[in-house]
Amino acid sequence: MSAYVTVRGLTRVFDVSKPWLNRVLEGRKKAFLTAVSDVDFEIEERTTYALVGESGSGKSTIGKMLVGLLNPSEGNVEVEGVNLMTEADADRIAASRSNIQMIFQDPYASLNPRWRVRDIIVEPVAAQGGKTEGLAEKLLEQVGLHASDAGKFPHEFSGGQRQRICIARSLASEPRLIVCDEPTSALDVSVQAQVLNLMSDLKDEFGLTYLLITHDLTVVRHMADRIGVLYLGRLVEEADPETLFNTPKHPYTQMLLSAAPRMDAFGREVPPPQGEIPDPIDPPSGCAFHPRCPIATDVCRKDRPAMRALAASKVACHLAE
Amino acid sequence: MTTPVLSIRNLSVEIPTRQGIVKPVDGVSYDVGKGEILGVVGESGAGKSMAGNAVIGLLNAPAHISGGEIWLNGRRIDPLKGEDMRRLRGKEIGMIFQDPLTSLNPLLTIGDQLTETMLTHLPISRKEARERAIAALEEVGIPGAAERIDSYPHEFSGGMRQRVVIALALCAEPSLVIADEPTTALDVSVQAQIISLLKRLCHERGTAVMLITHDMGVIAEAADRVAVMYAGRLAELGTVRDVLTVPQHPYTHGLMASTPLASQGRKRLHQIPGAMPRLHHMPDGCAFHPRCPHARDKCRAAPLPPVANERAACWFPMLPEEVQ
Ligand SMILES: Nc1ncnc2c1ncn2[C@@H]1O[C@H](COP(=O)(O)OP(=O)(O)O)[C@@H](O)[C@H]1O
Ligand SMILES: Nc1ncnc2c1ncn2[C@@H]1O[C@H](COP(=O)(O)OP(=O)(O)O)[C@@H](O)[C@H]1O
Ligand code: SF4
Ligand SMILES: [Mg+2]
Ligand SMILES: [Mg+2]
Repeated sequence: MSAYVTVRGLTRVFDVSKPWLNRVLEGRKKAFLTAVSDVDFEIEERTTYALVGESGSGKSTIGKMLVGLLNPSEGNVEVEGVNLMTEADADRIAASRSNIQMIFQDPYASLNPRWRVRDIIVEPVAAQGGKTEGLAEKLLEQVGLHASDAGKFPHEFSGGQRQRICIARSLASEPRLIVCDEPTSALDVSVQAQVLNLMSDLKDEFGLTYLLITHDLTVVRHMADRIGVLYLGRLVEEADPETLFNTPKHPYTQMLLSAAPRMDAFGREVPPPQGEIPDPIDPPSGCAFHPRCPIATDVCRKDRPAMRALAASKVACHLAE
Repeated sequence: MTTPVLSIRNLSVEIPTRQGIVKPVDGVSYDVGKGEILGVVGESGAGKSMAGNAVIGLLNAPAHISGGEIWLNGRRIDPLKGEDMRRLRGKEIGMIFQDPLTSLNPLLTIGDQLTETMLTHLPISRKEARERAIAALEEVGIPGAAERIDSYPHEFSGGMRQRVVIALALCAEPSLVIADEPTTALDVSVQAQIISLLKRLCHERGTAVMLITHDMGVIAEAADRVAVMYAGRLAELGTVRDVLTVPQHPYTHGLMASTPLASQGRKRLHQIPGAMPRLHHMPDGCAFHPRCPHARDKCRAAPLPPVANERAACWFPMLPEEVQ
């Protein structure tokens, strides 16, 4: 196996300053928000890499940088050996980009309501001047809808069916990698099961590689081959699902796993986690998790922990063992 | 048996539409006792919120109660209108919604909102109300309550706002709280905090709670009993442990089996074929029959057995050995 995607030092800073005049009047400085900071990971071909974290942890920003919807402030994204940041040959970049597609959480917002399903699905191919004859019909059947649905409009479909249409569109250009940003978070569980099964089938059938972005630990555990846990824009732990769920090493991962509701935990009484996610514009010093961490010491407040190998995991924590 | 705090009997809600009358709630009955959390669970569109809104008299016209009775502490409340209903809502029934901002006035400090609510419903002085407001905020875990009481809602995070809403819902000491997806918009760590808070306050004060959610995990952790709704009807009603470990209704079973669980590993998820019927196209007989693996002729024709006598509204409830 080889890495299909390699991400190194990926960083994205947003300028969240108020307009110039307000800053002058209120005597404020420019403000910057580091949404993603120095993130490294690799995705092996034909596997699913999951990024998990609470809202605001930087998951979507990473996904958007991977597909080219956002530019990184720093760092590199390499796809099949092509460094998308430094490659000079525009054709090679375009070829790599066309191998990457994205599907989003909200199947309502991501389909143009005035277009017929056929035109929505073939759009990525038509935009490249490719052949679209019969393509929508074929893809609709592959995602479990009917060829005859091609002539309909999005509003004629339920949420789950719309997500199937989004998946069909993402498959149109025969991509190798699909970035799935919370693909089932807006769906009911029975519909989620249909969509997750479909994603697994398509992966096997087309040899796809997925970057799965979600806050839902049950989905991650079911789908992922490798999991990266994000906190405030940084990767804090990385492991395979068995290792991560059975022996979480980072105190944040431990907190997240114990807080997730469990269907077999009737009337469970565990002390809930402490505190909330801090303001990303003014993150804590040292380890960003230290204000909420039950085992933090002075070193955690001073120094940022680097990612290190620990048993079968990688963890960015001074004290994890 | 003591009278339940809330008793819903055969409740139906109707909405006249251009394509005919639809019934988003159809003959639903359940009770919530003192200090008990009843989870109401089901997929979106099942009628959970409509049932909750019917209890608090907040159905948006043209939706209206078309049948059945609602009793609160032995008093029938479904015929109440206008001012009577409004008074009941603040005093006897507290409400918590998914978006805390629907319950908070952005123009008033949280202290003003708490004290006004208490002054309207409790025989206490303004000074006393303010003291109690601070205590209430402390109780729901707002750090520095005495200083933060004069802050506005927008100065709090989402999780802290939901805590304020809980303080507000409980400050007039209601006997019933209706919480409609109270943690759906929150992150898991904050959700765990809010659920634990709700459980503690309910059990300490003996408040009855109707906890509406689509999340079976939340139900498992928080509820004592659970009502599973499907297409406006009650599919199954029982203790959480019974319903979740040995579900009798095939829909409940399908719902549980389609949730990814650690114990199942990575094998394919169970799929319930199709989708919940639209209200305009309700099937005859059991509304679940088009999707049910066990459906027989009787399911397609006959009206269902009432859940009041059985646990599941199903002609052929699943046996424990069919469920693993
Ligand atoms: N365009 C933007 N401008 C300013 N801040 C942004 C922008 N997009 C995202 N952010 C901020 O970056 C952080 C990470 O956001 P996001 O990647 O959407 O997180 P997630 O998907 O994990 O919820 C958040 O604090 C968010 O508010
Ligand atoms: N004004 C309306 N006209 C027709 N149907 C409606 C109207 N308002 C709500 N409904 C329907 O009522 C049903 C029940 O909705 P709701 O109680 O909100 O479901 P839940 O809370 O379980 O998700 C849904 O199928 C919804 O589409
Ligand atoms: S580095 Fe320190 S503060 Fe951060 S998670 Fe580890 S122990 Fe906790
Ligand atoms: Mg996101
Ligand atoms: Mg609802």
